[in-house]
Amino acid sequence: MAERSEEVKLLGMWASPFSRRVEIALTLKGVPYEFSEQDITNKSPLLLQSNPVHKMIPVLLHNGKPISESLVILEYIDDTWKNNPILPQDPYDRAIARFWARFVDEQVYVTAMKVVGKVGVERDAAVEATRDLLKLMEKELVGKDFLGGESLGFVDIVATLVAFWLMRTEEVVGVKVVPVEMFPEIHRWVKNLLDVDVIKKCIPPEDEHLDYIRARMESLKLKSV
Amino acid sequence: MADEVILLDYWPSMFGMRTRVALEEKNIKFDYREQDLFNKSPILLEMNPVHKKIPVLIHNGKPVCESLIQVEYIDETWPGGNPFLPSDPYQRAQAKFWGDFIDKKVYGPTRLIWGAKGEEQEAGTKEFIEMLKMLESELGDKTYFGGETFGYVDIAMIGFYCWFDVLEKCGNFSIEAECPKLIAWAKRCMKRESVAKSLPDSNKITKFVPELKKKIGIE
Repeated sequence: MAERSEEVKLLGMWASPFSRRVEIALTLKGVPYEFSEQDITNKSPLLLQSNPVHKMIPVLLHNGKPISESLVILEYIDDTWKNNPILPQDPYDRAIARFWARFVDEQVYVTAMKVVGKVGVERDAAVEATRDLLKLMEKELVGKDFLGGESLGFVDIVATLVAFWLMRTEEVVGVKVVPVEMFPEIHRWVKNLLDVDVIKKCIPPEDEHLDYIRARMESLKLKSV
Repeated sequence: MADEVILLDYWPSMFGMRTRVALEEKNIKFDYREQDLFNKSPILLEMNPVHKKIPVLIHNGKPVCESLIQVEYIDETWPGGNPFLPSDPYQRAQAKFWGDFIDKKVYGPTRLIWGAKGEEQEAGTKEFIEMLKMLESELGDKTYFGGETFGYVDIAMIGFYCWFDVLEKCGNFSIEAECPKLIAWAKRCMKRESVAKSLPDSNKITKFVPELKKKIGIE
């Protein structure tokens, strides 16, 4: 039971990579937290009150005070609980880590969403564009076990989006967006991630996740017709 | 060994202005190198191969990309003087949240205001005013976004001020009428040497926008 003086609550969603990355960070640091599953189609008063600007999950509530935006939350967690640091110490290394995190969220994620949401020629273009972006990530992994270097770091946590969301959509979409022949380093990195207990514990269970992605894809296709 | 600091920038960029202000605030000597974005230089392509965009901060040969990342890097690398970010983790998170908000929500509509017409432009104007009001509400009656000291969110936002004139003309609205506290804040910031040195005159931006539109092929 968490002490009253350290009440940590996460408003999240089980299938969201943005929510899961916060759980990874909290679990890595051994911070006990209460998870509150949110229905994003019917937003709770607490969510709307805690994130009035964006009205989105995840939101971390620490002793009742809300923090929104997953990258901001990750840095807050790192600033608040000093064990098992997520970001490197050196300012230059930190700047690089922040750069790649944004790259994943602003470039890879946005482009990869089109793979799921589009069909035909548009989908093919999205696959190509995603691969071009991932080639940059591939280069970063040469000679490293993790994007953070020898151990799991900020960029790895953010890039679980690639490992366990983007790559899982391949099954549903029926396109090998990230084939092993083209991306051996990324595949090796995913294996390394799966060896980490915290990761295994915090990613959504595969079967349910695939069902969810399938359902979402159907609803996206229906919307675009 | 003296620090070598180079900034690859483009004079009207409100993002580049952030980095200029940050460097000036810390009294860091830097080599400002104006870039031609329609004919990108080898150094720009080499130092920001991923995005090929300005601003790029090059410190002793090593590039840092993305303006807010640069602002934080400058704060962490040269910790003297007033820190841009508060030391309290919660306050830091709030500052970063608003910096992110400016990037995600404020910039986009400005492009519609000067770059689009008709309904699109109107929608951009409406959205922009809404976002400014949110910022103004966050500012409240404080001197700066961070309170008494000029910091991260002020740096993130101030570059937009020199664009206000052209935005008002294009969108046919008055920012002062909509957000008087924000204008008062901007005028306070303009009194700072770092800001006055780093922002071009509003009328330069206003004259520049029609030329920019021609260059990128919008009428």
